Amino acid sequence: MILTKENILNILDEVKDPEIPVISVLELGIVRDVHVDGEKVMVDITPTYSGCPANRAIEQSIISTLRSKGFGNPTIRIVHSPPWTTDWITKEGKRKLKEYGIAPPGSADSEDWSPFGNLHRVVQCPFCDSEKTRLTSEFGSTACKALYYCENCQQPFEYFKCI
Amino acid sequence: MTFEELEKEHREALFNYLLYLGDDRLILGHRLSEWCGHGPILEEDIALANIALDCIGQASNFLKLAGEVEGTGRSEDDLAYHREAIDFKNIIMVELPKGDFAFTIARQFLFSAYSHLLFEQLQHTNIEELSALSSKCAKEVRYHLRHTSEWMLRLGDGTEESHQRTQNALNDVWMYTGEMFEENQVEKRLFEKGKSNESTQIWNEWKKIVAKAISKATLDMPEDGYMMSGGRSGRHSEHLGHLLAEMQILPRSFPEAKW
Repeated sequence: MILTKENILNILDEVKDPEIPVISVLELGIVRDVHVDGEKVMVDITPTYSGCPANRAIEQSIISTLRSKGFGNPTIRIVHSPPWTTDWITKEGKRKLKEYGIAPPGSADSEDWSPFGNLHRVVQCPFCDSEKTRLTSEFGSTACKALYYCENCQQPFEYFKCI
Repeated sequence: MTFEELEKEHREALFNYLLYLGDDRLILGHRLSEWCGHGPILEEDIALANIALDCIGQASNFLKLAGEVEGTGRSEDDLAYHREAIDFKNIIMVELPKGDFAFTIARQFLFSAYSHLLFEQLQHTNIEELSALSSKCAKEVRYHLRHTSEWMLRLGDGTEESHQRTQNALNDVWMYTGEMFEENQVEKRLFEKGKSNESTQIWNEWKKIVAKAISKATLDMPEDGYMMSGGRSGRHSEHLGHLLAEMQILPRSFPEAKW
């Protein structure tokens, strides 16, 4: 394969999030840029949460995937600014989240972020599409998810919280 | 500008300031992690572990940057695991034992309210790397503040027992809160040009936020009195040494250990 930015991006679309293995790092919106210079490849990554244990796994996964495709010495650059937001998850990414059983995030602007802001977000159940759902906990199995319960189909589910 | 454009004196100040930010969150994150497996309910166990993870992740970023600013090749792990108590710059409040659930929540609430205001300001600082990390923290801290203020309300306006315990926690921790807003030489030096961090202004704002939650929770605002001090210059309570002994034992026993 020839070393071009486009080819690298195609390969990165095969690198999945280790915690949510249906969505790629491109769909997650954490790949900010790819720099190709001669034989060298550098991938700019913006971490999702400061303490997300998947950050390092994702970096390693990107490096090993690129190596396995014959691109010898890829490097990762961590870019902190601007910070990652769930608004960068692609439409396709959000669709896949829902299919996987995780309610996709609403727009970050729609959230009331004042210190005692009201939580009037409406979260649709990923299984039955009902909006009769309630928050069980703002914190879930990973930093990026909250726990919800659907009053209609009586299933607990996870919501990818917006940030 | 980037930190590399800073003059030597300011670079040293920035190194110290990053230790303030990193150490506060590392030590508090460790204290929070002590709840893992001991939370009052499963959801809360998970929530506290998540907040601990955020704190430790933020600490890791600040300490990593501190190492780069210092320029002697120390990594975030070197700074976290191979310093003595006297070299830690965290405020004393964060090293206090986790206490009961009311104490953990009250402390986390007071600290989150402070962090919220701090990072909202620091994200506008002219030092690029600090601004970038702060804007990330600002987003994460909103969740911590929302979560802990909801608990304050539930505990304060809950049973007689939960009310009393939360009031005791506030009264006990109050004398440690002044240290968050202390004017210090490092900040003065670092922010003299386009000062982004006005401690007194933040303190007033903080009191407004905190007073609102405390009164909503039917609790009494403690009175300002004597305030503890010393953490920023390495004078800590006896608790920090014990905490570090536990936190550092593995990397100190096996310095080059890798997973």
